[in-house]
Amino acid sequence: MTTTETRAVGRSEHATPTRASGANFVTSATQSAKRTILQFFRTPQLLMLGTVQGALFLFMFRYIFGGAINPGQGLDYVDFLVPGFLATAILWLMMPASSGVAEDATTGVHDRLRSLPIPRSSVMFGRSIADTALTLWGMFVAGALAFIVGFRLHADAGDVAAAVALLVVATYSFTWIFITIGLTSKSAQAANGMATLLVIPLAFVSAAYVPAKSLPGWMQPVADNQPFTILSNAARSLALGGADAAGLGHTTTYWVVLSLAWCAGIFMLFSTIAVTHFARRR
Amino acid sequence: MTPIIEARGVKKRFGDVDALAGLDLVAESGQVTALLGPNGAGKTTFVSAVATLLRPDAGEIRVAGVDACAEPKRVRKVIGLAGQYASVEPAMTGSENLRMVARLFGRGRRDARAVAARVLERLDLADAGDRLVRTYSGGMRRRLDLGASLVGRPQLLLLDEPTTGLDPRGRTELWSAIQSLVADGTDVLLTTQYLEEADQLARHIVIIDRGRVITDGTPDELKDHVGRNVIEVRPRSGADLPAVEEMLARIGSEAPHTDLDAQRVSARVEGGGDQLRDVVRLLDERGIEVDDVGLRRPSLDEVFLAVTGTHIDPSDPGADPRSTAADAA
Repeated sequence: MTTTETRAVGRSEHATPTRASGANFVTSATQSAKRTILQFFRTPQLLMLGTVQGALFLFMFRYIFGGAINPGQGLDYVDFLVPGFLATAILWLMMPASSGVAEDATTGVHDRLRSLPIPRSSVMFGRSIADTALTLWGMFVAGALAFIVGFRLHADAGDVAAAVALLVVATYSFTWIFITIGLTSKSAQAANGMATLLVIPLAFVSAAYVPAKSLPGWMQPVADNQPFTILSNAARSLALGGADAAGLGHTTTYWVVLSLAWCAGIFMLFSTIAVTHFARRR
Repeated sequence: MTPIIEARGVKKRFGDVDALAGLDLVAESGQVTALLGPNGAGKTTFVSAVATLLRPDAGEIRVAGVDACAEPKRVRKVIGLAGQYASVEPAMTGSENLRMVARLFGRGRRDARAVAARVLERLDLADAGDRLVRTYSGGMRRRLDLGASLVGRPQLLLLDEPTTGLDPRGRTELWSAIQSLVADGTDVLLTTQYLEEADQLARHIVIIDRGRVITDGTPDELKDHVGRNVIEVRPRSGADLPAVEEMLARIGSEAPHTDLDAQRVSARVEGGGDQLRDVVRLLDERGIEVDDVGLRRPSLDEVFLAVTGTHIDPSDPGADPRSTAADAA
């Protein structure tokens, strides 16, 4: 090793007046996001899970359960299924985010980041952007596949664009719940368990895969009023050419506005919890 | 000159556990200070407080003269932290990891590339810089992690048990990396459970237990403080062991100890040189042939035993019930 040389370099740099000042919010959020995205695309297990999982579920519902489910209104089950499926894909695809955040918290990554001269909130914002992008990737794959298994849109381009935009907004908002779970769990396994406990009831006790009317009576009030039913119905109304065509009461606007209200509430509550939790000095 | 770390009466409580119970510590600039103590002694808690990761319940910490509680952001600009884990990203290359940290320190893209190359070079990782960290050995990961803490050219480097879990070779390599940093004028606070590590690297050793400083000083001062050098005699013939033991019993300050496996008798003595001379004279008078006779300083483990009443035993982290609570927090 060229000890003398490197030492000389080291010393002269110690003397330079430009001691690091710390990155601004945007740079630091971008770097955090980049790390999560590289991690995803370079870790075969994560990439597989995030890419294939949606396809697997879609096949199961379309071909295994689909034959037994009648959405009524003369709708094809595949047309009924896909909007709700994509809405709840947010939940399934977001689960690894919780364990990923918990892992960063328990393996010293967060400690390192918290010891740097950067705005602490930027780290979690970067994470939320990255997890949103990765979830949208999985949804894109599942969405493309939906057309192969027979899904057809029954709406104009404006409504379809609105449906996509709504799903993007919802993905971003709900990311914060999963980040919060990761931050408040003691280990990656615990985070995964917590996320599962949240995802299964939210995904299944809903009108995402079956009409809410087919659920037991006592379950219907829960299903009718939880955000993933509302989001599924909004996506359905937009994709199938109106609430009536989708076999729903109310108007498309009603479902969309209610969805956005849920998103806003979830975002405000959980981004506050997550950012505060990360930035807090214990 | 302002001490690099000045801690006064630092207290931190996690539930029922006093992780820090009024810790006072001054680390002067220009040296390695080692915080030595068993699991749960409060080492990690103290490092986290200096790194502005946690806020003490009471007391004051100044880093390079800056109050860590009042102005954590200024402190973060002068420290580098390498924790108990190698917190580098396995799915990124060594160079990408360092470039990311450099960008987080506010450097531009080109600048970051130069910094990363320089740090890789100095830690002997230049050849591995473009490989994914996933393919690195444990020792290489730790060195890269050390490198990540150097990217900001810190005035104070905080190393929390930097060599835990490394094989002897990885440990030696990391030690030499740390030693070369010190030669460049970076101040280091390092925590360790390994006495040898503290002895090798640090000029100032602070022994802590149960969140308090028990004693501190240079390795030599600590050994002097405990006093009692040890005289060891290894007779050529095992048959002479009882005679040697009887002889040392008269000179030593405590009953001598005979180690049959090593064929050696040792005894603590109050002084040192005078007693050794007496031993050599007596051996000569009685015509006992020896393979080895010597005076040895007490080991740091003996120092630790003398001041705390317990051994440091890094091989048994589960033995101390306090460790889980304090380390997890």
